[in-house]
Amino acid sequence: MDAIAIRTENLTRDFPTVRAVDGLTLTVPKGIIFGFLGPNGSGKTTTIRLLLGLLEPTAGRAEVLGYDVAHQADAVRSRSGALLEHDGLYERLSALDNLEFYGRIWRLPLPERRARIQELLTHFGLWERRKELAGTWSRGMKQKLAIARAMLHRPELLFLDEPTSGLDPIAAAALREDIRALASREGVTVFLTTHNLAEAEKLCGQVGVIRQGKLLAVGHPDALRAQAGSPRMEIVGQGLNETLLALVRARPEVAAAHLHNGRLVVDLHTADDAAALVRLLVSEGVAIEEVRKGAASLEEVFMTLMQEEQ
Amino acid sequence: MITDIGTVLWKEMKELLMLQQAGNKGLLRGPISLIILVGVFGIWMPWQMGQGWVESPATLLYWAWVPLFLVSSVVAQAFAGERERHTLETLLATRLSDRAILLGKVAAAMAYGWGLTLVSLLVGLVTVNILHGQGRLLLFPAQIGIGILVFSFLTSLLAASIGVLISLRAATVRQAYQTMSLAIMILLFGGIYGLRALPPEIVAPLMARLSTEATTIGLIAALILAVLNGIMLSLAMLRFQRARLILD
Repeated sequence: MDAIAIRTENLTRDFPTVRAVDGLTLTVPKGIIFGFLGPNGSGKTTTIRLLLGLLEPTAGRAEVLGYDVAHQADAVRSRSGALLEHDGLYERLSALDNLEFYGRIWRLPLPERRARIQELLTHFGLWERRKELAGTWSRGMKQKLAIARAMLHRPELLFLDEPTSGLDPIAAAALREDIRALASREGVTVFLTTHNLAEAEKLCGQVGVIRQGKLLAVGHPDALRAQAGSPRMEIVGQGLNETLLALVRARPEVAAAHLHNGRLVVDLHTADDAAALVRLLVSEGVAIEEVRKGAASLEEVFMTLMQEEQ
Repeated sequence: MITDIGTVLWKEMKELLMLQQAGNKGLLRGPISLIILVGVFGIWMPWQMGQGWVESPATLLYWAWVPLFLVSSVVAQAFAGERERHTLETLLATRLSDRAILLGKVAAAMAYGWGLTLVSLLVGLVTVNILHGQGRLLLFPAQIGIGILVFSFLTSLLAASIGVLISLRAATVRQAYQTMSLAIMILLFGGIYGLRALPPEIVAPLMARLSTEATTIGLIAALILAVLNGIMLSLAMLRFQRARLILD
Protein backbone atom coordinates (compact mmCIF):
# COMPACT_ATOMS: atom_id res chain seq x y z
CA MET A 1 0.00 0.00 0.00
CA ASP A 2 1.32 3.42 -0.96
CA ALA A 3 2.31 5.40 2.11
CA ILE A 4 2.15 8.69 0.22
CA ALA A 5 -0.99 10.83 0.49
CA ILE A 6 0.02 13.63 -1.88
CA ARG A 7 2.66 13.72 -4.56
CA THR A 8 3.09 16.65 -6.94
CA GLU A 9 5.59 17.06 -9.72
CA ASN A 10 6.34 20.48 -11.10
CA LEU A 11 2.74 21.54 -10.45
CA THR A 12 2.13 24.94 -11.97
CA ARG A 13 -0.93 27.15 -12.29
CA ASP A 14 -0.99 30.43 -14.15
CA PHE A 15 -3.66 33.10 -13.99
CA PRO A 16 -3.79 35.95 -16.52
CA THR A 17 -1.58 38.24 -14.44
CA VAL A 18 0.19 35.96 -12.01
CA ARG A 19 1.76 32.50 -11.63
CA ALA A 20 -0.02 31.31 -8.49
CA VAL A 21 1.77 27.97 -8.15
CA ASP A 22 5.23 27.65 -9.63
CA GLY A 23 6.74 24.22 -10.23
CA LEU A 24 5.60 22.72 -6.94
CA THR A 25 7.19 19.34 -6.25
CA LEU A 26 6.07 17.94 -2.95
CA THR A 27 5.49 14.64 -1.17
CA VAL A 28 3.21 14.33 1.84
CA PRO A 29 3.25 11.01 3.70
CA LYS A 30 0.02 9.48 4.98
CA GLY A 31 -1.09 9.87 8.58
CA ILE A 32 0.53 13.20 9.42
CA ILE A 33 -0.61 16.79 9.80
CA PHE A 34 1.22 18.63 7.05
CA GLY A 35 1.45 22.39 7.39
CA PHE A 36 1.62 24.45 4.24
CA LEU A 37 3.05 27.76 5.35
CA GLY A 38 3.09 30.97 3.44
CA PRO A 39 2.08 34.61 3.52
CA ASN A 40 -1.25 35.73 2.07
CA GLY A 41 -1.36 35.30 -1.70
CA SER A 42 1.49 32.81 -1.77
CA GLY A 43 -0.50 30.11 -3.56
CA LYS A 44 -1.72 27.97 -0.66
CA THR A 45 -5.41 28.05 -1.58
CA THR A 46 -4.68 27.53 -5.28
CA THR A 47 -2.64 24.46 -4.35
CA ILE A 48 -5.59 22.98 -2.45
CA ARG A 49 -7.89 23.71 -5.41
CA LEU A 50 -5.45 21.96 -7.73
CA LEU A 51 -5.17 18.95 -5.42
CA LEU A 52 -8.96 18.63 -5.25
CA GLY A 53 -9.31 18.91 -9.02
CA LEU A 54 -11.28 22.14 -8.72
CA LEU A 55 -8.73 23.87 -10.95
CA GLU A 56 -6.72 22.44 -13.79
CA PRO A 57 -2.96 22.86 -13.66
CA THR A 58 -1.18 24.80 -16.38
CA ALA A 59 1.68 22.30 -16.16
CA GLY A 60 2.87 19.42 -14.02
CA ARG A 61 0.84 16.74 -12.29
CA ALA A 62 -0.55 15.80 -8.93
CA GLU A 63 -1.41 12.45 -7.41
CA VAL A 64 -3.63 12.36 -4.36
CA LEU A 65 -4.24 9.10 -2.46
CA GLY A 66 -2.84 7.29 -5.46
CA TYR A 67 -5.21 8.93 -7.96
CA ASP A 68 -4.13 11.17 -10.80
CA VAL A 69 -6.00 14.41 -10.12
CA ALA A 70 -6.21 15.33 -13.81
CA HIS A 71 -8.20 12.19 -14.68
CA GLN A 72 -9.56 10.87 -11.38
CA ALA A 73 -10.61 14.01 -9.51
CA ASP A 74 -13.94 12.39 -8.57
CA ALA A 75 -12.09 9.59 -6.77
CA VAL A 76 -9.95 12.14 -4.94
CA ARG A 77 -12.97 14.19 -3.86
CA SER A 78 -14.80 11.04 -2.75
CA ARG A 79 -12.01 10.24 -0.32
CA SER A 80 -11.27 13.74 0.89
CA GLY A 81 -12.88 16.26 3.17
CA ALA A 82 -12.36 19.98 2.89
CA LEU A 83 -12.70 23.16 4.84
CA LEU A 84 -11.86 25.74 2.20
CA GLU A 85 -11.27 29.47 2.24
CA HIS A 86 -14.88 30.06 3.37
CA ASP A 87 -16.64 27.77 5.82
CA GLY A 88 -19.23 26.89 3.14
CA LEU A 89 -22.06 26.50 5.64
CA TYR A 90 -25.67 27.06 4.66
CA GLU A 91 -26.51 29.78 7.13
CA ARG A 92 -30.26 29.49 6.68
CA LEU A 93 -30.14 25.83 7.66
CA SER A 94 -29.63 24.45 11.14
CA ALA A 95 -26.32 22.87 12.11
CA LEU A 96 -28.03 19.51 12.00
CA ASP A 97 -29.41 20.09 8.49
CA ASN A 98 -25.98 21.21 7.26
CA LEU A 99 -24.49 17.92 8.40
CA GLU A 100 -27.55 15.95 7.27
CA PHE A 101 -27.11 17.35 3.74
CA TYR A 102 -23.45 16.41 3.56
CA GLY A 103 -24.17 13.03 5.17
CA ARG A 104 -26.60 12.37 2.32
CA ILE A 105 -24.04 13.56 -0.22
CA TRP A 106 -21.55 11.02 1.14
CA ARG A 107 -24.29 8.38 1.09
CA LEU A 108 -23.95 7.49 4.75
CA PRO A 109 -26.77 5.12 5.74
CA LEU A 110 -29.30 6.78 8.03
CA PRO A 111 -28.34 5.11 11.35
CA GLU A 112 -24.62 5.67 10.69
CA ARG A 113 -25.30 9.24 9.59
CA ARG A 114 -27.23 10.05 12.76
CA ALA A 115 -24.63 8.42 15.00
CA ARG A 116 -21.71 10.12 13.26
CA ILE A 117 -23.37 13.55 13.40
CA GLN A 118 -24.01 13.12 17.12
CA GLU A 119 -20.45 11.90 17.70
CA LEU A 120 -18.87 14.86 15.92
CA LEU A 121 -21.17 17.54 17.32
CA THR A 122 -20.65 16.14 20.80
CA HIS A 123 -16.88 16.16 20.27
CA PHE A 124 -17.01 19.84 19.36
CA GLY A 125 -19.48 20.69 22.14
CA LEU A 126 -22.20 21.68 19.67
CA TRP A 127 -24.75 18.89 20.11
CA GLU A 128 -27.05 20.86 22.40
CA ARG A 129 -27.25 23.66 19.82
CA ARG A 130 -27.72 21.48 16.76
CA LYS A 131 -31.15 22.87 15.89
CA GLU A 132 -30.01 26.49 15.77
CA LEU A 133 -29.43 28.18 12.42
CA ALA A 134 -25.75 28.06 11.48
CA GLY A 135 -25.93 31.72 10.50
CA THR A 136 -26.56 32.77 14.09
CA TRP A 137 -23.37 31.14 15.38
CA SER A 138 -20.02 32.72 16.21
CA ARG A 139 -17.13 32.30 13.79
CA GLY A 140 -15.44 29.78 16.08
CA MET A 141 -18.55 27.61 16.26
CA LYS A 142 -18.99 27.80 12.50
CA GLN A 143 -15.40 26.68 11.94
CA LYS A 144 -15.97 23.72 14.27
CA LEU A 145 -19.14 22.82 12.42
CA ALA A 146 -17.35 23.10 9.09
CA ILE A 147 -14.60 20.76 10.31
CA ALA A 148 -17.24 18.33 11.57
CA ARG A 149 -18.79 18.46 8.09
CA ALA A 150 -15.43 17.81 6.46
CA MET A 151 -14.79 14.80 8.74
CA LEU A 152 -18.32 13.40 8.50
CA HIS A 153 -17.59 10.62 6.03
CA ARG A 154 -14.28 9.64 7.65
CA PRO A 155 -12.13 10.85 4.77
CA GLU A 156 -8.61 9.56 4.30
CA LEU A 157 -7.38 13.08 3.63
CA LEU A 158 -8.55 16.35 5.09
CA PHE A 159 -7.80 19.75 3.54
CA LEU A 160 -8.01 22.63 5.98
CA ASP A 161 -7.46 26.07 4.51
CA GLU A 162 -6.49 28.42 7.34
CA PRO A 163 -8.93 26.84 9.80
CA THR A 164 -8.19 29.23 12.68
CA SER A 165 -8.15 32.38 10.57
CA GLY A 166 -10.28 35.11 12.12
CA LEU A 167 -10.67 33.35 15.47
CA ASP A 168 -9.70 34.87 18.79
CA PRO A 169 -6.64 33.26 20.45
CA ILE A 170 -8.69 31.14 22.87
CA ALA A 171 -11.03 29.82 20.17
CA ALA A 172 -8.06 29.20 17.87
CA ALA A 173 -6.23 27.21 20.53
CA ALA A 174 -9.34 25.16 21.26
CA LEU A 175 -9.87 24.45 17.58
CA ARG A 176 -6.23 23.43 17.14
CA GLU A 177 -6.61 20.98 20.01
CA ASP A 178 -9.79 19.60 18.42
CA ILE A 179 -8.04 19.15 15.09
CA ARG A 180 -5.11 17.41 16.70
CA ALA A 181 -7.35 15.09 18.74
CA LEU A 182 -9.56 14.21 15.78
CA ALA A 183 -6.66 13.65 13.42
CA SER A 184 -4.93 11.39 15.90
CA ARG A 185 -8.11 9.46 16.77
CA GLU A 186 -9.21 8.91 13.19
CA GLY A 187 -5.78 8.49 11.62
CA VAL A 188 -6.57 10.98 8.90
CA THR A 189 -3.90 12.80 6.89
CA VAL A 190 -4.36 16.56 7.24
CA PHE A 191 -3.11 19.10 4.70
CA LEU A 192 -3.37 22.36 6.57
CA THR A 193 -2.53 25.76 5.17
CA THR A 194 -1.72 28.58 7.52
CA HIS A 195 0.25 31.76 7.84
CA ASN A 196 0.32 31.27 11.59
CA LEU A 197 3.75 29.86 12.41
CA ALA A 198 2.95 29.02 16.02
CA GLU A 199 0.03 26.98 14.76
CA ALA A 200 2.22 25.03 12.37
CA GLU A 201 4.80 24.50 15.08
CA LYS A 202 2.22 23.12 17.50
CA LEU A 203 0.24 20.98 15.09
CA CYS A 204 2.35 19.78 12.21
CA GLY A 205 4.60 16.79 11.82
CA GLN A 206 5.94 18.30 8.62
CA VAL A 207 5.80 21.72 7.08
CA GLY A 208 6.36 23.17 3.65
CA VAL A 209 7.11 26.85 3.17
CA ILE A 210 5.74 28.50 0.03
CA ARG A 211 6.22 32.00 -1.31
CA GLN A 212 4.95 33.40 -4.61
CA GLY A 213 3.99 29.89 -5.63
CA LYS A 214 7.43 28.41 -5.06
CA LEU A 215 8.22 25.83 -2.42
CA LEU A 216 11.16 27.18 -0.41
CA ALA A 217 11.66 24.39 2.10
CA VAL A 218 10.00 21.28 3.40
CA GLY A 219 10.60 19.04 6.42
CA HIS A 220 9.97 18.50 10.10
CA PRO A 221 9.84 21.83 12.01
CA ASP A 222 12.89 20.77 14.08
CA ALA A 223 14.84 19.88 10.96
CA LEU A 224 13.96 23.20 9.37
CA ARG A 225 15.03 25.04 12.49
CA ALA A 226 18.33 23.19 12.57
CA GLN A 227 18.81 23.73 8.85
CA ALA A 228 18.03 27.42 8.90
CA GLY A 229 19.76 28.69 12.00
CA SER A 230 22.87 27.99 14.07
CA PRO A 231 22.46 26.86 17.71
CA ARG A 232 21.54 29.79 19.87
CA MET A 233 22.36 30.56 23.48
CA GLU A 234 20.70 33.16 25.64
CA ILE A 235 22.38 34.23 28.91
CA VAL A 236 20.71 36.19 31.67
CA GLY A 237 22.85 37.60 34.45
CA GLN A 238 24.62 40.55 36.08
CA GLY A 239 27.70 42.16 34.59
CA LEU A 240 26.92 41.79 30.90
CA ASN A 241 28.30 44.84 29.03
CA GLU A 242 29.79 46.02 25.75
CA THR A 243 33.36 45.15 26.78
CA LEU A 244 32.31 41.61 27.51
CA LEU A 245 30.35 41.50 24.26
CA ALA A 246 33.51 42.37 22.31
CA LEU A 247 35.32 39.55 24.10
CA VAL A 248 32.60 37.07 23.25
CA ARG A 249 32.50 38.15 19.60
CA ALA A 250 36.24 37.52 19.36
CA ARG A 251 35.84 33.84 20.29
CA PRO A 252 36.20 31.41 17.37
CA GLU A 253 33.14 29.32 18.34
CA VAL A 254 30.88 32.40 18.19
CA ALA A 255 29.13 33.18 14.93
CA ALA A 256 27.38 36.31 16.20
CA ALA A 257 26.45 37.96 19.49
CA HIS A 258 24.42 40.89 20.69
CA LEU A 259 22.88 42.32 23.83
CA HIS A 260 19.10 42.39 23.94
CA ASN A 261 17.14 43.74 26.92
CA GLY A 262 20.11 43.12 29.20
CA ARG A 263 20.55 39.57 27.91
CA LEU A 264 23.44 38.22 25.92
CA VAL A 265 22.24 36.39 22.79
CA VAL A 266 24.94 34.29 21.11
CA ASP A 267 24.76 32.28 17.87
CA LEU A 268 27.26 29.42 18.00
CA HIS A 269 28.84 27.43 15.21
CA THR A 270 28.01 24.15 16.96
CA ALA A 271 25.91 23.26 19.99
CA ASP A 272 28.97 21.77 21.73
CA ASP A 273 30.61 25.18 22.11
CA ALA A 274 28.34 26.39 24.91
CA ALA A 275 30.31 25.17 27.95
CA ALA A 276 33.52 26.98 27.03
CA LEU A 277 31.65 30.22 26.60
CA VAL A 278 29.94 29.91 29.99
CA ARG A 279 33.34 29.30 31.58
CA LEU A 280 34.67 32.48 29.97
CA LEU A 281 31.77 34.57 31.23
CA VAL A 282 32.13 33.27 34.79
CA SER A 283 35.88 33.93 34.73
CA GLU A 284 35.14 37.52 33.61
CA GLY A 285 32.96 38.01 36.68
CA VAL A 286 29.50 37.68 35.22
CA ALA A 287 26.92 36.48 37.76
CA ILE A 288 24.97 34.09 35.54
CA GLU A 289 21.35 33.59 36.56
CA GLU A 290 20.10 31.56 33.61
CA VAL A 291 21.42 29.97 30.41
CA ARG A 292 19.00 28.92 27.66
CA LYS A 293 20.01 26.91 24.62
CA GLY A 294 17.87 26.31 21.56
CA ALA A 295 17.47 26.52 17.83
CA ALA A 296 15.80 29.36 15.97
CA SER A 297 12.01 29.40 16.19
CA LEU A 298 9.98 28.41 13.15
CA GLU A 299 9.13 32.07 12.78
CA GLU A 300 12.80 32.91 12.43
CA VAL A 301 13.23 30.08 9.95
CA PHE A 302 10.30 31.42 8.00
CA MET A 303 11.61 34.97 8.02
CA THR A 304 15.06 33.77 6.95
CA LEU A 305 13.58 31.81 4.06
CA MET A 306 11.50 34.79 3.00
CA GLN A 307 14.52 37.11 3.11
CA GLU A 308 16.67 34.64 1.18
CA GLU A 309 14.00 34.36 -1.50
CA GLN A 310 13.70 38.16 -1.77
CA MET B 1 -27.37 9.81 -9.85
CA ILE B 2 -31.10 9.93 -8.98
CA THR B 3 -30.23 9.72 -5.27
CA ASP B 4 -27.74 12.58 -5.65
CA ILE B 5 -30.28 14.71 -7.51
CA GLY B 6 -32.69 13.97 -4.67
CA THR B 7 -30.07 15.08 -2.13
CA VAL B 8 -29.56 18.43 -3.86
CA LEU B 9 -33.34 18.80 -4.23
CA TRP B 10 -33.78 18.10 -0.50
CA LYS B 11 -31.31 20.83 0.45
CA GLU B 12 -32.72 23.34 -2.03
CA MET B 13 -36.28 22.85 -0.78
CA LYS B 14 -35.13 23.14 2.84
CA GLU B 15 -33.32 26.39 2.04
CA LEU B 16 -36.26 27.69 0.07
CA LEU B 17 -38.65 27.03 2.93
CA MET B 18 -36.22 28.56 5.43
CA LEU B 19 -35.88 31.57 3.15
CA GLN B 20 -39.66 31.94 3.20
CA GLN B 21 -39.67 31.71 6.99
CA ALA B 22 -36.66 33.93 7.58
CA GLY B 23 -37.74 36.81 5.37
CA ASN B 24 -40.80 37.80 7.34
CA LYS B 25 -40.21 41.54 7.23
CA GLY B 26 -42.11 42.36 4.06
CA LEU B 27 -45.72 41.62 3.20
CA LEU B 28 -44.83 39.29 0.36
CA ARG B 29 -42.29 37.35 2.38
CA GLY B 30 -42.65 34.56 4.83
CA PRO B 31 -45.03 31.57 4.56
CA ILE B 32 -47.75 34.11 3.92
CA SER B 33 -46.34 34.65 0.42
CA LEU B 34 -47.17 31.04 -0.48
CA ILE B 35 -50.74 31.53 0.74
CA ILE B 36 -51.01 34.77 -1.24
CA LEU B 37 -49.75 33.06 -4.41
CA VAL B 38 -52.22 30.21 -4.07
CA GLY B 39 -54.91 32.75 -3.17
CA VAL B 40 -54.30 34.77 -6.35
CA PHE B 41 -53.90 31.86 -8.77
CA GLY B 42 -56.24 29.41 -7.08
CA ILE B 43 -59.04 31.61 -5.68
CA TRP B 44 -59.10 35.13 -7.03
CA MET B 45 -58.50 34.32 -10.71
CA PRO B 46 -61.08 31.47 -11.00
CA TRP B 47 -63.54 33.59 -9.01
CA GLN B 48 -63.12 36.42 -11.56
CA MET B 49 -63.15 34.21 -14.65
CA GLY B 50 -66.09 32.03 -13.68
CA GLN B 51 -66.93 29.02 -15.87
CA GLY B 52 -64.48 30.24 -18.51
CA TRP B 53 -61.72 29.32 -16.12
CA VAL B 54 -62.31 25.64 -16.88
CA GLU B 55 -63.88 25.84 -20.34
CA SER B 56 -61.92 28.45 -22.28
CA PRO B 57 -58.84 27.26 -24.25
CA ALA B 58 -57.22 30.57 -23.19
CA THR B 59 -56.81 29.01 -19.76
CA LEU B 60 -53.97 26.99 -21.30
CA LEU B 61 -51.95 30.16 -21.80
CA TYR B 62 -52.68 31.21 -18.25
CA TRP B 63 -51.41 27.91 -16.78
CA ALA B 64 -48.39 27.99 -19.02
CA TRP B 65 -47.51 31.44 -17.65
CA VAL B 66 -48.06 30.75 -13.92
CA PRO B 67 -45.13 28.29 -13.49
CA LEU B 68 -42.94 30.56 -15.61
CA PHE B 69 -43.58 33.33 -13.10
CA LEU B 70 -43.19 31.10 -10.04
CA VAL B 71 -40.01 29.35 -11.17
CA SER B 72 -38.34 32.57 -12.23
CA SER B 73 -38.92 33.99 -8.75
CA VAL B 74 -36.69 31.35 -7.12
CA VAL B 75 -34.34 29.93 -9.75
CA ALA B 76 -31.99 32.93 -9.67
CA GLN B 77 -30.81 31.64 -6.30
CA ALA B 78 -29.54 28.38 -7.79
CA PHE B 79 -25.85 29.00 -8.40
CA ALA B 80 -25.63 32.76 -7.94
CA GLY B 81 -26.97 32.29 -4.40
CA GLU B 82 -24.38 29.61 -3.62
CA ARG B 83 -21.66 31.82 -5.08
CA GLU B 84 -22.84 34.90 -3.18
CA ARG B 85 -23.01 33.04 0.13
CA HIS B 86 -19.64 31.30 -0.45
CA THR B 87 -21.06 27.77 -0.31
CA LEU B 88 -20.45 26.83 -3.94
CA GLU B 89 -16.80 25.82 -3.70
CA THR B 90 -17.42 23.50 -0.75
CA LEU B 91 -20.28 21.88 -2.67
CA LEU B 92 -18.05 21.44 -5.72
CA ALA B 93 -15.38 19.83 -3.54
CA THR B 94 -17.69 16.88 -2.79
CA ARG B 95 -18.25 13.64 -4.66
CA LEU B 96 -21.39 14.98 -6.36
CA SER B 97 -21.22 14.86 -10.14
CA ASP B 98 -21.75 17.98 -12.25
CA ARG B 99 -25.02 16.58 -13.58
CA ALA B 100 -26.39 15.72 -10.16
CA ILE B 101 -25.78 19.25 -8.89
CA LEU B 102 -27.22 20.88 -12.00
CA LEU B 103 -30.27 18.65 -12.31
CA GLY B 104 -30.88 18.88 -8.56
CA LYS B 105 -31.08 22.66 -8.90
CA VAL B 106 -33.42 22.40 -11.90
CA ALA B 107 -35.59 19.87 -10.06
CA ALA B 108 -35.83 22.11 -7.01
CA ALA B 109 -36.94 25.15 -9.02
CA MET B 110 -39.50 22.96 -10.80
CA ALA B 111 -40.71 21.33 -7.60
CA TYR B 112 -41.47 24.80 -6.26
CA GLY B 113 -42.91 26.35 -9.42
CA TRP B 114 -44.77 23.41 -10.90
CA GLY B 115 -45.77 22.09 -7.47
CA LEU B 116 -47.33 25.42 -6.50
CA THR B 117 -49.01 25.57 -9.91
CA LEU B 118 -50.64 22.16 -9.38
CA VAL B 119 -51.76 23.15 -5.89
CA SER B 120 -53.25 26.38 -7.30
CA LEU B 121 -54.93 24.37 -10.05
CA LEU B 122 -56.63 22.06 -7.55
CA VAL B 123 -57.62 24.94 -5.26
CA GLY B 124 -58.96 26.75 -8.35
CA LEU B 125 -61.16 23.78 -9.27
CA VAL B 126 -62.64 23.77 -5.78
CA THR B 127 -63.13 27.55 -5.91
CA VAL B 128 -64.82 27.61 -9.31
CA ASN B 129 -67.14 24.78 -8.33
CA ILE B 130 -68.13 26.47 -5.07
CA LEU B 131 -68.65 29.94 -6.60
CA HIS B 132 -69.84 29.12 -10.11
CA GLY B 133 -70.83 25.45 -10.09
CA GLN B 134 -74.57 26.02 -9.58
CA GLY B 135 -75.00 22.39 -8.62
CA ARG B 136 -72.93 21.06 -11.54
CA LEU B 137 -69.45 19.61 -11.32
CA LEU B 138 -67.15 21.89 -13.34
CA LEU B 139 -64.05 20.12 -14.65
CA PHE B 140 -61.51 20.86 -17.36
CA PRO B 141 -62.32 19.12 -20.64
CA ALA B 142 -59.84 16.24 -21.09
CA GLN B 143 -57.81 17.98 -23.82
CA ILE B 144 -57.50 21.20 -21.84
CA GLY B 145 -56.69 19.34 -18.63
CA ILE B 146 -53.90 17.33 -20.27
CA GLY B 147 -52.73 20.46 -22.09
CA ILE B 148 -52.48 22.35 -18.80
CA LEU B 149 -50.40 19.59 -17.19
CA VAL B 150 -48.10 19.26 -20.21
CA PHE B 151 -47.63 22.98 -20.89
CA SER B 152 -47.21 23.95 -17.24
CA PHE B 153 -44.59 21.22 -16.91
CA LEU B 154 -42.75 22.30 -20.05
CA THR B 155 -42.78 26.00 -19.26
CA SER B 156 -41.63 25.40 -15.70
CA LEU B 157 -38.79 23.25 -17.05
CA LEU B 158 -37.98 25.98 -19.57
CA ALA B 159 -37.90 28.65 -16.87
CA ALA B 160 -35.79 26.41 -14.63
CA SER B 161 -33.29 25.62 -17.41
CA ILE B 162 -32.95 29.24 -18.53
CA GLY B 163 -32.76 30.35 -14.90
CA VAL B 164 -30.04 27.86 -13.99
CA LEU B 165 -28.09 28.83 -17.11
CA ILE B 166 -28.31 32.50 -16.17
CA SER B 167 -27.55 31.76 -12.52
CA LEU B 168 -24.41 29.86 -13.54
CA ARG B 169 -23.02 32.99 -15.13
CA ALA B 170 -24.29 35.63 -12.71
CA ALA B 171 -22.06 37.04 -9.99
CA THR B 172 -24.94 37.84 -7.64
CA VAL B 173 -28.52 36.78 -7.07
CA ARG B 174 -29.69 40.28 -7.95
CA GLN B 175 -27.92 40.16 -11.29
CA ALA B 176 -29.34 36.70 -12.01
CA TYR B 177 -32.84 37.81 -11.05
CA GLN B 178 -32.67 40.92 -13.24
CA THR B 179 -31.41 38.97 -16.26
CA MET B 180 -34.05 36.30 -15.67
CA SER B 181 -36.84 38.91 -15.46
CA LEU B 182 -35.60 40.46 -18.68
CA ALA B 183 -35.56 37.09 -20.44
CA ILE B 184 -39.11 36.31 -19.30
CA MET B 185 -40.34 39.76 -20.35
CA ILE B 186 -38.79 39.37 -23.79
CA LEU B 187 -40.39 35.94 -24.08
CA LEU B 188 -43.84 37.15 -23.02
CA PHE B 189 -44.04 40.57 -24.63
CA GLY B 190 -42.20 39.32 -27.71
CA GLY B 191 -44.98 36.77 -28.18
CA ILE B 192 -47.82 39.19 -27.49
CA TYR B 193 -46.50 42.08 -29.59
CA GLY B 194 -45.26 39.73 -32.30
CA LEU B 195 -48.79 38.37 -32.67
CA ARG B 196 -50.24 41.89 -32.68
CA ALA B 197 -47.78 43.01 -35.32
CA LEU B 198 -49.01 40.39 -37.74
CA PRO B 199 -51.50 41.64 -40.36
CA PRO B 200 -55.16 40.61 -39.78
CA GLU B 201 -55.20 38.48 -42.96
CA ILE B 202 -52.60 36.22 -41.35
CA VAL B 203 -53.98 36.31 -37.81
CA ALA B 204 -57.58 35.48 -38.78
CA PRO B 205 -56.82 32.16 -40.53
CA LEU B 206 -54.36 31.35 -37.72
CA MET B 207 -57.08 31.79 -35.13
CA ALA B 208 -59.49 29.79 -37.23
CA ARG B 209 -56.99 26.96 -37.49
CA LEU B 210 -56.30 27.23 -33.76
CA SER B 211 -59.96 26.49 -33.04
CA THR B 212 -60.24 23.66 -35.58
CA GLU B 213 -56.78 22.11 -35.24
CA ALA B 214 -56.07 22.91 -31.60
CA THR B 215 -54.70 19.45 -30.81
CA THR B 216 -52.21 19.45 -33.69
CA ILE B 217 -51.05 22.98 -32.95
CA GLY B 218 -50.81 22.13 -29.24
CA LEU B 219 -48.68 19.09 -30.01
CA ILE B 220 -46.36 21.12 -32.24
CA ALA B 221 -46.06 23.82 -29.57
CA ALA B 222 -45.30 21.18 -26.95
CA LEU B 223 -42.66 19.64 -29.21
CA ILE B 224 -41.05 23.04 -29.81
CA LEU B 225 -40.99 23.68 -26.05
CA ALA B 226 -39.50 20.24 -25.39
CA VAL B 227 -36.74 20.85 -27.94
CA LEU B 228 -36.09 24.28 -26.45
CA ASN B 229 -35.84 22.68 -23.01
CA GLY B 230 -33.35 20.14 -24.32
CA ILE B 231 -31.21 22.89 -25.84
CA MET B 232 -31.27 24.99 -22.66
CA LEU B 233 -30.40 22.03 -20.43
CA SER B 234 -27.57 21.01 -22.76
CA LEU B 235 -26.22 24.55 -22.73
CA ALA B 236 -26.33 24.59 -18.94
CA MET B 237 -24.48 21.23 -18.82
CA LEU B 238 -21.83 22.58 -21.17
CA ARG B 239 -21.48 25.71 -19.09
CA PHE B 240 -21.13 23.74 -15.87
CA GLN B 241 -17.38 23.40 -15.40
CA ARG B 242 -16.01 23.28 -11.88
CA ALA B 243 -12.92 25.36 -12.69
CA ARG B 244 -14.92 28.11 -14.40
CA LEU B 245 -17.51 28.21 -11.64
CA ILE B 246 -14.82 28.77 -9.02
CA LEU B 247 -12.99 31.45 -10.94
CA ASP B 248 -16.08 33.38 -12.08
